[in-house]
Amino acid sequence: MFAGLERKDKLMRELPLYFMLLPAVVLVAIYSYGSMAGVVIAFQKFIPAKGLFGQQQWVGFRNFETLFSMPNIGSVVKNTVIIAISKMIAGVITPVAFALLLNEVRSLLTKRIFQTMVYLPHFLSWVILSGILINLLSPSEGIVNLLLSKIGMEPIFFLGDPDVFPATMVATDIWKTFGFASVIYLAALTSIDPSLYEAAVIDGANRWRQTWHITLPGISSIVVLMSVLGLANILNGGFDQIYNMYSPVVYSTGDILDTFVFRLGIEQAQYALSTAAGLFKSGVSLIFIVVSYYLADKLTGYRVF
Amino acid sequence: MRIKSSTSRKIFLVSNTIFLLLVAFVCIAPFINLLAVSFSDKTAVAAGEVTFFPVGFTTISYQFITNTSKFLVSVLVSLQRTAIGVPINLLLIILTAYPLSKSREDFRARNIFSWFFVVTLLFNAGLIPTYMVVKTTGLIDSIWSLILPGAIPIFSMLVVMNYMRSLPKELLEAAYIDGANHLQTLIRVVLPVSAPTIATVTLFSFVDHWNSWFDGMIYMNAIQNYPLQTYLQTVVVNPEEFMRNNTDLSGNLSKYLSMVSARTTGAAQMFLAIIPILIIYPFLQKYFTTGLVMGSVKE
Repeated sequence: MFAGLERKDKLMRELPLYFMLLPAVVLVAIYSYGSMAGVVIAFQKFIPAKGLFGQQQWVGFRNFETLFSMPNIGSVVKNTVIIAISKMIAGVITPVAFALLLNEVRSLLTKRIFQTMVYLPHFLSWVILSGILINLLSPSEGIVNLLLSKIGMEPIFFLGDPDVFPATMVATDIWKTFGFASVIYLAALTSIDPSLYEAAVIDGANRWRQTWHITLPGISSIVVLMSVLGLANILNGGFDQIYNMYSPVVYSTGDILDTFVFRLGIEQAQYALSTAAGLFKSGVSLIFIVVSYYLADKLTGYRVF
Repeated sequence: MRIKSSTSRKIFLVSNTIFLLLVAFVCIAPFINLLAVSFSDKTAVAAGEVTFFPVGFTTISYQFITNTSKFLVSVLVSLQRTAIGVPINLLLIILTAYPLSKSREDFRARNIFSWFFVVTLLFNAGLIPTYMVVKTTGLIDSIWSLILPGAIPIFSMLVVMNYMRSLPKELLEAAYIDGANHLQTLIRVVLPVSAPTIATVTLFSFVDHWNSWFDGMIYMNAIQNYPLQTYLQTVVVNPEEFMRNNTDLSGNLSKYLSMVSARTTGAAQMFLAIIPILIIYPFLQKYFTTGLVMGSVKE
């Protein structure tokens, strides 16, 4: 009887928590789970006028067959993976290197000033940034090419040459993100026990040895964690960035799954095919996300919640 | 920690500082250039003479765009979107993070709801299904299409939830013993001590609403409903069209057209779009290291 009363009390105590969750649950149910239910479009001969859950004709996997027999799908997947993996690797190395170098700066004020400057691009949209970059990288009037010509180099068509375009995407993405990404490594660096350095100095270790034996091992777990979590983005080439900077001339190396899905869906109104391509991407991504979270937990004990 | 200052150490410190200065310069130089272009004469810009200082200083580009109703309309849409969207984000983040920060003993359904939200981070339905749901719920061409689908930023919610979970248990127990209910505990006890992390997600939410362009592009059919970034996106992709469309607007504008170019007006518009970010930037700086790192890294 006492236990029963307690359970009732407990429910009364928990009830307000359910009410707090209600609005978010309703919205997520409609817009996230509703959309997830909407992936059935990938298996239909979808006619938009009949509505999302209307009487659509089912076609099984025919949309996927059409999709994978498209002539450029292979290069689209390849471009996506190449750009994503390059960004992933450079996206770990650059912020770590920057954090290490910044950590050597003693003056707090100087540190702050550097940080303020390098974080800025992170907070601006790719619309703004690409607007600026398109001008800066222009082969005829862009400052970058003017500088290159001053040191006697041929102008580089950063956004119009298929051979250079992916590298430009990686470089500009790193430019936007490295400063902010270094925050997490800087935090890890401050958490290293200073007595370790004192002991190393007494043992006669110079700066390089200190970096190699104390600093790097000190942040290695967070570096591993960030690298592993980065795996989840294996099929994310970066829609915002590429959509705002690419053009048909660089489709051969610059077209990624997200831009492909967009053109197929919005521009060509191939709703079912576009959804099939999106579902393919989400499916592969899901596998990588689960694997990376599993690895992160195994290797570093990290859990999302 | 005391370090013996050897010569090589000094050389390293100096070259390191110079290198970092270069890196920092590369990060902000494009924005200085943008500002310079926006205040420069169009012929100087076309000749590639403008680097970091305006050449032939003029505010004509700003006069031109502030006389362009489309730009101002899109600014208003963005302001409206931010003013409605950020408080909604925040309210939902707090209302969701608090119950989920409870232990399983205190809130038995905690894990079910946690998974309910986390799954949406793991699996993305993709462009068309999301579009169809927004269309089915009747939000096309309404400001709510920019607010409701992303009304609860799950990542921010997790950050706040982790922060609330790290609060000392005694604090909440004391409130409970004093007879406070959940809402009172949340408002009087949890929120005040969660200020840094709440500030962080508020600013992220602001930046997110201010910077979003894609939803505006797909959910809005009419240009007058475009938020600023979506509008800018069309200008960035097709600046000539922007100039052309404005020629037939009014005689008042046509007099500017001989004096401005797509480059200078584009720069002016982009710079104006950056200003709100620059204003909140110092606050961002102050909070995000503590707020975000404490919420996400548990080490």
